[in-house]
Amino acid sequence: MLHALTSPLLRAGITAMIAFRALRRNKLRSILTALGIIIGVASVVSIMALGRGTQRRIQDQVSSLGSNLLIVFSKSRRTNAAAAGSGDSSNLTLEDVEAIRREVRSVQAASPEVTLTAQAVAAGRNWSTTIAGESPGYLRIRDWPLARGSMFTEREVRSVARVAVIGSRTARELFGPLNPVGQTVRIKNMPFTIIGQLKSKGAGIGGANQDDRIVIPYTTAMRRLTGDKYPRLVTLQISSEGLMSAAQEQVTALLRQRHRLTAGRKNDFDIVNQKEIADTVNSITNSLTYLLGGIAGLSLLVGGIGIMNIMLVSVTERTREIGTRIAVGAQPRDILLQFLIESITLSLFGGGIGVALGYGVSAAASMIPNFHPSVSLGSVAVAFGISFIVGVFFGFYPARKAANMNPIAALRFE
Amino acid sequence: MSTTVIELTDIRKTYRTGDVEVHAVNGVSLRIKRGEFVAIMGSSGSGKSTLMNMLGCLDQPTSGSYLLDGVNVAKLGRAELSRLRNQKLGFVFQSFNLLARTTACENVELPLFYTNPHVPLRERRQRAIKALEKVGLGARLYNHPNQLSGGQQQRVAIARALVNQPELVLADEPTGNLDTRTSIEVMGLFQTLNDAGITVVMVTHELDIAAYCKRIIVMRDGKIIRDEPSTQRIFASDQRAALDASEQHASLS
Repeated sequence: MLHALTSPLLRAGITAMIAFRALRRNKLRSILTALGIIIGVASVVSIMALGRGTQRRIQDQVSSLGSNLLIVFSKSRRTNAAAAGSGDSSNLTLEDVEAIRREVRSVQAASPEVTLTAQAVAAGRNWSTTIAGESPGYLRIRDWPLARGSMFTEREVRSVARVAVIGSRTARELFGPLNPVGQTVRIKNMPFTIIGQLKSKGAGIGGANQDDRIVIPYTTAMRRLTGDKYPRLVTLQISSEGLMSAAQEQVTALLRQRHRLTAGRKNDFDIVNQKEIADTVNSITNSLTYLLGGIAGLSLLVGGIGIMNIMLVSVTERTREIGTRIAVGAQPRDILLQFLIESITLSLFGGGIGVALGYGVSAAASMIPNFHPSVSLGSVAVAFGISFIVGVFFGFYPARKAANMNPIAALRFE
Repeated sequence: MSTTVIELTDIRKTYRTGDVEVHAVNGVSLRIKRGEFVAIMGSSGSGKSTLMNMLGCLDQPTSGSYLLDGVNVAKLGRAELSRLRNQKLGFVFQSFNLLARTTACENVELPLFYTNPHVPLRERRQRAIKALEKVGLGARLYNHPNQLSGGQQQRVAIARALVNQPELVLADEPTGNLDTRTSIEVMGLFQTLNDAGITVVMVTHELDIAAYCKRIIVMRDGKIIRDEPSTQRIFASDQRAALDASEQHASLS
């Protein structure tokens, strides 16, 4: 029929206008109805934003370790008795480190590490801090620049020199605003000359302040402070990311050979790949974010039910209006469309406000230092998509109820 | 264009409630010409409302034929019936049925929203204003129904019925919710419109309202038992004068 084809779009536009007018007539109710969707969308968007922020922060922390790192841990402290029983020394030795340096060509730098916590005393002030025994390559591995002074050298390592490079936090605690370079700090009653100061790096993984430390040659730490013969761990820097897994295999094979581990016996050391840490942490935050986002998504469902509830009330309340519209020539599909547009408008309107609120929460959270939540366009699109679907899904039943009304009964409805 | 607006032939409407068949309208034949002013009377259960619903294309007869302006209504589907109501009929209800919180003008525009082909905004507004002026509400275009008296609300409803220039205005107890003075006012408006050539069919159970019409049809048990011209037709202007006089008399005594 011609008249049915002349202007379906115009007719839809007119119907939309009618729907908007109806919503405008009931401003407060419209806003309250959309509230469920507003809250749902706002929480989905902001949780996703906070999740992304957390992920980025952890990535920053992981990369603040340096790049392309393999960390070899000695297990010997835990397995000493068993190792003694087998007659083998399963410690990670300085000779092992030398061997790795020599034989695994992709290893760019290697730094054995010994750490202890000790009291540092300078200028009459006391400060308990982490003392890290490292090699001169440590700063390059950690990609950690000096603020002033210089790093100790291979020669000072060999000579077991009492020199120290001080972290920015420790320097502040001990010397205040003064330049610590050239000063003396006493660790376990032993004087160390401060030859350099590190730039600030902020919190590391787990929130520990990386700037609160004193770096000294590992030989000095082992012989003069702890009495250890073996480093706790060795940090290896690999020349490129692509060589990481090959290097990990080579180091493992070399250490197994050097520790005379026969096939079938477990490694007496652990190798952690920096990329693996990042990946693991990433996947944990990812799943947490999606879990929380999913829970927030449930509130969208609740919001949808709220819309359906109010639309049903509205259809009943406006029975006479519907009857009148049908009497003056509205077709069932006009009525269906009108109520459907009302519910979709409500849910999209709620979605819009929710997205704005989500941006607000994200902006507020970005005031936290070193935290950069960001709203992803994807989550906005998904939130809008879901609100649209919620509007259609929960609006359809009330709209159909309205469209199928018998006009005679509807006109006389009290 | 035929001069016959309505032609009913042996119209029946049967409802089935359980095993019992109710013949709400039981064989009605009727012809209404352009320019007539008809009252359909009867007690409740006489079938006048059912007949009215069928005349208004809100309900389909069980059997019989109904030609509205030459179109056989019995053969049409819901969509075509909607279109017919929109373009050939105007409705006036007992309880006005105006949209709340909507201006008089927008209420009158309502049928034009559903008119095909599309009526542009400016023309909708112009036609609504013209219809409201015709019923004497040119000064109340943007008032909401709750800012209008009962009589004014019914006049907005009449303007809504007129806005699409229908063949026929159907009024269902249009004065049922109004007091005497306002009833006179509304019936006077119907008489004026009828004088201007508009066909009006009205359902009422009050004889003194029916007396404003030109032709009175009385129904009982689904059948027409009387159909004759109004012998003692009354006119709104006389009634108003009489009412004024009696009120003056009452206040003097």
